[in-house]
Amino acid sequence: MPMKIGEKQFFDRVDDALQDDFMLTAMASAQDRLRDKKLDATERDETIGDWEEWRSAGEEIRRHTLENLDFYLDQLSENFAARGGHVYFAETAEDANAYIQEVAKKKNAKNVTKSKSMVTEEIGLNEALEEVGCKVHETDLAEYILQVDDKDRPSHIVVPSLHKNKEQIRDTFKTKVGYMGTEEPRELTAFARSQLREVFMDADIGITGCNFAIAESGSLSLATNEGNLNMVTTFPDTQITVMGMERLVPTWEEMDVLINLLSRSAVGQKITTYVTNLTPGVDEDCVDAPKEFHLVILDAGRSKALGTEFQSALHCIRCAACVNVCPVYRHIGGHAYGSIYQGPIGAVLSPILGGYEEYGELPFASSLCAACTEACPVKIPLHEQLIKHRENYVKEKGMAKTSEKAAMKAFGIGASTPSLFQMAVKGAPTFMKPFVRDGSISKGPGPMKSWTAIREFPAPGKANFRSWFKEHQKGRQ
Amino acid sequence: MAKGTIYNKDLFLNKIADKLGRERKGDVSLPTWKHQPQWEVYKNESIDGLMAAFLKNSKERNVDVYETDQSELSETLERIIETYGGGSIVTTKDSRFSAYGLTSVFDKSETRIWDTSVGKENIEKAKHADIGVFFSDTSLAESGTIVQFNDNDIARSVSLLPITYIAIVPKSTIVPRMTQATHEIHKRVEAGKEIPTCVNFISGPSNSADIEMDIVVGVHGPVKAVYVLVTDR
Repeated sequence: MPMKIGEKQFFDRVDDALQDDFMLTAMASAQDRLRDKKLDATERDETIGDWEEWRSAGEEIRRHTLENLDFYLDQLSENFAARGGHVYFAETAEDANAYIQEVAKKKNAKNVTKSKSMVTEEIGLNEALEEVGCKVHETDLAEYILQVDDKDRPSHIVVPSLHKNKEQIRDTFKTKVGYMGTEEPRELTAFARSQLREVFMDADIGITGCNFAIAESGSLSLATNEGNLNMVTTFPDTQITVMGMERLVPTWEEMDVLINLLSRSAVGQKITTYVTNLTPGVDEDCVDAPKEFHLVILDAGRSKALGTEFQSALHCIRCAACVNVCPVYRHIGGHAYGSIYQGPIGAVLSPILGGYEEYGELPFASSLCAACTEACPVKIPLHEQLIKHRENYVKEKGMAKTSEKAAMKAFGIGASTPSLFQMAVKGAPTFMKPFVRDGSISKGPGPMKSWTAIREFPAPGKANFRSWFKEHQKGRQ
Repeated sequence: MAKGTIYNKDLFLNKIADKLGRERKGDVSLPTWKHQPQWEVYKNESIDGLMAAFLKNSKERNVDVYETDQSELSETLERIIETYGGGSIVTTKDSRFSAYGLTSVFDKSETRIWDTSVGKENIEKAKHADIGVFFSDTSLAESGTIVQFNDNDIARSVSLLPITYIAIVPKSTIVPRMTQATHEIHKRVEAGKEIPTCVNFISGPSNSADIEMDIVVGVHGPVKAVYVLVTDR
């Protein structure tokens, strides 16, 4: 299945999401926990010094790498091939899938194990492999849960099954794979371990995504917790790694900085349980490593951002810190975005990769509070890019290119969808709370900055007009 | 090893250069980074301070840690193996086992020392082993992490397949954080030396929080992790 989730229009998806009380409670609770863990491991962790310095280091590294992307990709591919690996540069998702299908056919592969990878979700690799007769086994616990549940789609970049509770998972396991136990996470996890143990050992091909490729040595760095990635890359004779073309660093030293930013921002860990760095070059005597190693480097629309105001969106390290602070994501959940990339980064990336026709409304799913920009460990100006997308979208729809008109368009969209409008109105006091001083907003975030530089916004009241009117109507009856 | 193949490189990279509004770059020098906070962490910490941090952070990662010195190591390891249920053991093939006087421990128990000459049989043994034993090559104070430079003999399976692993952590291998470890590897690459095909940073037993954000220890990798911290200097 490719990047797109579902067939409904964006605002219908939002309406669906707003009806799903369990999912919304789960999202809010997960956001709170992830956000708190991140703060403990970043701003509140005195051992690592000033977190802002780390963010600046990350930004500096990502900027330099993207500015010299052709050079570092050249270096990466040459070093990977010099050690015996095979590199395929894929312009499109179809190219990438066709190459991987060819490898699978040559290897006469029947069983494929996969570790968690958003880029392979993006290109719909599982379906492509099934077309050539492979059985694909997702092995990350969250991805396994989704696959067992009739190939449900991810709702979060880091924890793809975030929208499901343990009772739902228990019931799915019971119906689909003969599980007999309780809803205890420990028991459910032990079941997944027992189901996949032999699958790992018998796989013909192991497939991974890539957190960071290291250009200087042709290595691939992968941050995980469950041990499944190690199983996937240790026992099959063939390994295939798929990476978005921007996911690399010049040397091992920059990998250190970015893995630190990723582990702490994504899951609030000082380091993930495994940081596994793989380089081709296994000799024939080695018993527990792949004999053949393929690296697929994917464009699939990424190059459209190069040389534009969206270039820094490619700095993203997929930590989901922006997702975890987004008030809109909190209220509509992951599936409403209709893309495997959700939250603020999803609303920026999806239109770049998939176009405005499909994803042009996503940048309007934002309160522009700039919490995403503040949270980003590599300082991507996400809220500014959302505004830029809105301008482009409105322009593409035949309206004048002014941010004011874009804002009016956004208001129109919000106001014409009752649920979104209600959410926005109810949410306003909460979103704006940090900026309120003595009942008005004098230093607003994002697009409010230029306005509040010269005048003050009234703070959204706790009782909104509709609620007030409803109450007063009642009083008159 | 024969050079691998590269497909579509020039077309792909020319397009990138074009989008970036310039010709392809043949050479790029790494800048001196303005921000390098990584070197400040535990900068002036003594080895004992690093060891204390390593201990604290290992425990945070659900690792059981035992401290000993080289003279007591053999006896301590024997006792620890017993504590974790004994049974069958798999170890990497590593000259440090004899250098640290541990050969006799394995003579007494049902142990498979990794032996590439018997091929896949090693994996079968490791799959059914109760305990895997190996050395940490570098150890990170900041996160209680051990590092394995895996190759033919320092097999990946030993720290991965058994339910429990015991890592011997010589005090001399402790450094402040990943920065020092990756700096060493970077220097090796710069000097044109080969690097291991798998450099694995491991911090405690495998775990997952994918179900309702509840941490479950023990997923596909080991369920129990034990460090034996050895004072060797």
